[in-house]
Amino acid sequence: MIFAVARTHFAKLKRDRAAFVLAFVVPVVFFSVFASIFRGSSSRATTRQISVVVVDEDRSANSARFVDALKREKGLRVFDTRSVPGGRTAPVADATAAEAMVRSGDAPLALIVPRGFGSSPIRFGPSNRGPTLTVLADTSDPIAPQVFYGLLQKVAMTSMPDVMAETGIEQMDRWGGGLTAEQKATLQKNVDRLRQETRRTGPAAGGTGSDSDGGLVAVNVRDVLGEQKKNPTVAVFAAGLGVMFLLFSAAGAGGALIEEVESGTLDRVLSTRVTMTQLLLGKLLYLATVAVAQLTVMFLWGELFFGLELHSHVPGFLVMAVVTALAASAFGLVLAALSRTRMQLVALSNLLILVMSALGGSMFPRYLLSESVQKIGLVTLNAWAIDGFMKVFWRDEPLVALLPHRLARRWEVV
Amino acid sequence: MDEALPLEITELHKSFGDRRALDGVSLTFAAGEILGLLGPNGAGKTTLVRSVVGRVRPDSGTVRVFGRPPDDSRSKAAVGYVTQEIALYPLLSPAENLSAFGRFQGLAGPPLDEAVGQSLQWTGLAERAKERTERLSGGMKRRLNIAAGTIHGPRLLLLDEPTVGVDPQSRERIYQMIEELRRGGVSLLYTTHYMEEAERLCDRIAIIDHGKIIALGTKEELVRSTLGARQTLTIETEAPVPAPLKASLEARGGTVTDSTVHFSVTEPAREIPELLAAFRNDGVRIRDLALKTATLEAVFLQLTGRELRE
Repeated sequence: MIFAVARTHFAKLKRDRAAFVLAFVVPVVFFSVFASIFRGSSSRATTRQISVVVVDEDRSANSARFVDALKREKGLRVFDTRSVPGGRTAPVADATAAEAMVRSGDAPLALIVPRGFGSSPIRFGPSNRGPTLTVLADTSDPIAPQVFYGLLQKVAMTSMPDVMAETGIEQMDRWGGGLTAEQKATLQKNVDRLRQETRRTGPAAGGTGSDSDGGLVAVNVRDVLGEQKKNPTVAVFAAGLGVMFLLFSAAGAGGALIEEVESGTLDRVLSTRVTMTQLLLGKLLYLATVAVAQLTVMFLWGELFFGLELHSHVPGFLVMAVVTALAASAFGLVLAALSRTRMQLVALSNLLILVMSALGGSMFPRYLLSESVQKIGLVTLNAWAIDGFMKVFWRDEPLVALLPHRLARRWEVV
Repeated sequence: MDEALPLEITELHKSFGDRRALDGVSLTFAAGEILGLLGPNGAGKTTLVRSVVGRVRPDSGTVRVFGRPPDDSRSKAAVGYVTQEIALYPLLSPAENLSAFGRFQGLAGPPLDEAVGQSLQWTGLAERAKERTERLSGGMKRRLNIAAGTIHGPRLLLLDEPTVGVDPQSRERIYQMIEELRRGGVSLLYTTHYMEEAERLCDRIAIIDHGKIIALGTKEELVRSTLGARQTLTIETEAPVPAPLKASLEARGGTVTDSTVHFSVTEPAREIPELLAAFRNDGVRIRDLALKTATLEAVFLQLTGRELRE
């Protein structure tokens, strides 16, 4: 009897192709997608570069050497210009301009090389006074500032060994009881040779460095966006998870359309004065209203228990909630239209939504992924929504910034 | 517009892939008439009905509802469609379902409320107006299904097998509802599998097979044109018919199977005594004898070579 029951179900599984696909093909496809994503992330060749905008206020030979060495560092993409309307570029003039770029999300990091850095770039120990490099960070990616800090130390050591040696000699002279003139001459001769050697070969290029306390160059990392936030990362999670569940619920609600087809209700409704356009718009209105309500409940909960600052971002939240809800609802209806049965819809929506959520940043931050995978992720609804919610809650940008990039630029010009 | 016929179908063709669902169907019917559409499964009945409500776009030919194309909003307002399936929202109550379909047909405010109230009375569902539709009995759902198609007071109603799976008592109630609609001047296109329904309710009957109307007329006209004035005589004998008698009966046009003999007779008063004499002469005792007038079922069988429910 037991085998008779099991056998019946095996026969059913064999006939139900959608269930079969759901049971065997979807997990394999999903595993393959994730394996590809993370294999890409761990590969040296595709490891992401950290973008840094640099402002060299010192303009000395040493600071130029330092910046030049940073530009040659494989783990970094260093630039000192910004794009301006008309498709041209202009130099980033000062620290204020660099900070604005970080605030707007054009660069995750900015490095300000202060005046006087070139004359005394290296410090030994905390007591050594000297100009301090300032790193302005967007800590929505909390890893980038730490990696950059380590790379700064490494580049300082490999790009300016002569300066480091000179500073060391000065310190020894000061604290070690004084050097003789002959000793000083010999040391200077070796430092000069080191300098020439460095100029000839350039600094040793390499991968990423590691973070450490009390480095060779003094660095002050300032969180320009999150410093006044109560709970800086919760908005990112709320947006990411919110969009994913919106997609799931829209796909589920889209299933009602399939049930209406199967029951003949759709045929009957369309035989009345209701047109197909009216029917779809009506369904979209319903789905989007429910989705906005879902997001509102989620963000209110976030405000009550997790320090999400909803009350101070209501207009931006509403704009983002409405457009995200409309997009997710339309997506659910498209999925329902592509599926012939509810089982097909479940298989298709699970596959698409989980992949979109993984690539688009709903499951884990996109900055963890390789650059090529990050670019693929940009086509997902999740990535658009997360970027939009980030602009509202993280960057405190005005509503016009939520327009598509080109449109927003034109608005600014006007 | 009011002088135009409720429905005029001319040379309608529709194919789904290689399968011809409608193959040159032409049909008209007059105001207040009930036209029965009989045909086996896959004959094209539902495709024809869906063409009339604009849900199937024909490959060629025309459909006119009160002189207008089916997708014209005035045509849609004039037509009611009762689907073969229970096409209702199961989680909504009967009142909510009626209200929804009323709104889909453009009703609102007091006229809508009034129409919902009347429909609930008409279907006998007033006392269960607020229950979930999914909890109603099969017969109740069927009645509500009809009311959802008539809430806006259509002048042409398309009923696609409205009594499928309904118990005899509920079926009787549905027949009464249809009679009431007819008395109210509504023209009905009635698709069914049940011969007795077609015979009882319909003024005229169209038999459709392989996408073609193969016969059209009143029941009497169909019988006369298909079977003439013949009647079927069935004789049951107590023992199998002996070979000599069998040969003699078959020579007179009968069909003999063991102890059952079928004859098609045109003059029963003359032919029956002659046959009884033949049995008596051979010493064969008769157990039962029945004379039946030709039915719609026989007409259908004669025309399509198939039972209706095949």
